[in-house]
Amino acid sequence: MAKAAESSGEPGTTSPRPLFAGLSDISISQDIPVEGEITIPMRSHIREFDSSTLNESVQNTIMRDLKAVGKKFMHVLYPRKSNTLLRDWDLWGPLILCVTLALMLQRSSVDSEKDGGPQFAEVFVIVWFGAVTITLNSKLLGGNISFFQSLCVLGYCILPLTVAMLVCRLVLLAEQGPINFMVRLFVVIVMFTWSIVASTAFLADSQPPNRKALAIYPVFLFYFVISWMILTFTPQ
Amino acid sequence: AGPAAAGRRAAQAQRVWATPPEGASEFEEASNLLAETPDAVTTSGSGQLTPQGHVAVAVDSGGSYGAEEEVEESDKTALLQEKQQPGFWTFGYYQSFFDVDTCQVLDRIRGSLLPRPGHNFVRHRLRNRPDLYGPFWICATLAFVLAVTGNLTLVLAQRRDPSIHYSPQFHKVTVAGITIYCYVWLVPLALWGFLQWRKRVRERVGPYTFLETVCVYGYSLFVFIPTVVLWLIPVPWLQWLFGALALALSAASLVFTLWPVVREDTRLVAAVLLSTVVLLHALLATGCKFYFFQPLPLEPLAPPPQATSLPLNLLPPPTPRSQVT
Repeated sequence: MAKAAESSGEPGTTSPRPLFAGLSDISISQDIPVEGEITIPMRSHIREFDSSTLNESVQNTIMRDLKAVGKKFMHVLYPRKSNTLLRDWDLWGPLILCVTLALMLQRSSVDSEKDGGPQFAEVFVIVWFGAVTITLNSKLLGGNISFFQSLCVLGYCILPLTVAMLVCRLVLLAEQGPINFMVRLFVVIVMFTWSIVASTAFLADSQPPNRKALAIYPVFLFYFVISWMILTFTPQ
Repeated sequence: AGPAAAGRRAAQAQRVWATPPEGASEFEEASNLLAETPDAVTTSGSGQLTPQGHVAVAVDSGGSYGAEEEVEESDKTALLQEKQQPGFWTFGYYQSFFDVDTCQVLDRIRGSLLPRPGHNFVRHRLRNRPDLYGPFWICATLAFVLAVTGNLTLVLAQRRDPSIHYSPQFHKVTVAGITIYCYVWLVPLALWGFLQWRKRVRERVGPYTFLETVCVYGYSLFVFIPTVVLWLIPVPWLQWLFGALALALSAASLVFTLWPVVREDTRLVAAVLLSTVVLLHALLATGCKFYFFQPLPLEPLAPPPQATSLPLNLLPPPTPRSQVT
C-alpha cells in the first residue's frame, strides 16, 4: 500500500529500470516481455497435500525424515542466518540427540552411590524442561517465535555438545591424567561456544532489540549446565 | 459504511488534493472528506488533515521495530491503561510480569548490590513494577553455581590429596534448586502475610504486594553468586570474611527496604520482624556454606574413605539433606 503511493507515477514493472529506459518511446512494447516471474517455486517439499505418502514403503518415509534431520544437522554445524530450522521444524532431531546424550551420560549400574553422575531421567528432564523454560521465558519477554520452533532450535543446537561427549568418551579410554583433562576441557569449551553461536544465530532475531540479552542469558546457562555434566563425566 | 466505502472516499479525497483547487468549496469538501475518514488515510488514527505527511512516515519506518511504531504503541498503551488487567488464566497476565528491559534488570541488580539507608529498593528501583525475570533466573543461576563450585572444591581437594574419591555429586543440583526456590517463595509469603495482618496498625505507608516482596528477596540473593565463586579459594578465614560481607550487603538491602513499612508498628514487632529476616538469611548462607563446601582436611591424616559415599562428614547434616532421601 505504501509502495503503491510512492511509485504511483510509473506503471508496475518488475524489470530493472536502465534496461528498458527507452521503452516508452517505442510503440511495440507488447512484443518485449516486461513481466517477470514473481512467484518463487518452493512447492517441492510441501507434502501435506500429497496423499500418496500413505502408500509408500516404510523405507521411503524413514529416509525422508532422516534426510530432513540430517539437513538440519548441517545447518547447525555451519550456522548461517537461514530459516530452515524455523520454517520446517521437527522434534525428531532433538529427541535423537537427547536420548544419545542421556545414554552416554548416565552412571553405570555398578556405581550406585548417592552422589554419582546424573541418571538417564535426570539428563532427559534437564534437557527438555530446560528447553521448555527457555522457550516460555522468551515468549513471556515478548519474542515472536512459536513454542515448537524454539524447542526445535534449542534441541538441534545440542549437536555440538553430543559430539563433544563422544570425543570425551574416546579420550577417556586413554590413561587418565592432567593432559587427558586439558584435552577434554578444550573440546568441551569449543563445542559449548559453537552451540551458543548456533542457537544465537537462529534465535536472536525473534526478540525485541532491548531484551536480547535477557533472552540469550538462559540459553547460555542451559548449555553451560550440559557442558558441566559432560566435563565431569567419569567412567566407573 | 464499510471499509470499501471508506477507501472510495479516501481515493476521492486524494484525487481532490492532487488537482489544483478550483474554488473554495472544493477545498472545503476535501477537508471535510478527510476529516470524516481519518482511519483510511493516516496510520495512527489521530484524524489529522495532513494525510501525505503520515503516509510518508509509515513508508520510512519499514521493519517491525521502527521507532515511530514504538511511539505509537506507547501512546496506545497510555490510553488503554484504564483497561482491566487480564485474568490469571490468560498468557497476557503473566507477560505483564516480564515487562522489563535489559538495562532495567541491570539497574535493579546494581541497586541490590549497593544498598543505601535512604533508598527504598521497591520505591526507587522497582518503582512499584515488580518483575519475575530477575528473581527466577538469579535463583536458577545461584543453584547451579552452588552445585558447580561445590563440586569444584572437591576436584581441588583431590588434587591436594589423591586418596579423596571424586564423584560428580549430581544430587546436589536438586538440593540446591529446591532450597533456593523454596526460600525465595515461602519466606516472602510468610513476610507478606504477616505484614498484611499488621496492616491495621499502620496508617501512612501501605504494605508491599507479594510480588514486590519476592522481587526484593530475589534480587538480594544476587550478591551471593560472586561470593560462592570466591569460596573456591581454600583459605578458611577468607571464606568466612566473604560470607560475612555478602550477608551484610544482602541483609542490609532487605532491612532498608522493610524499614519504612515496619517503622509505623510497635517497636517490639519491628525489632522481632527485622531480626527474624536477618536470621533466616544468615541461616541460608551458613547452610549453603556447610552443605556445599564441606571443609576438607589439608593433610591426609584422616582414614581414606573409599567405601563410604561422601568423602568426609565432619559436621552434623543440615536440614536440606533430609529432603533428598
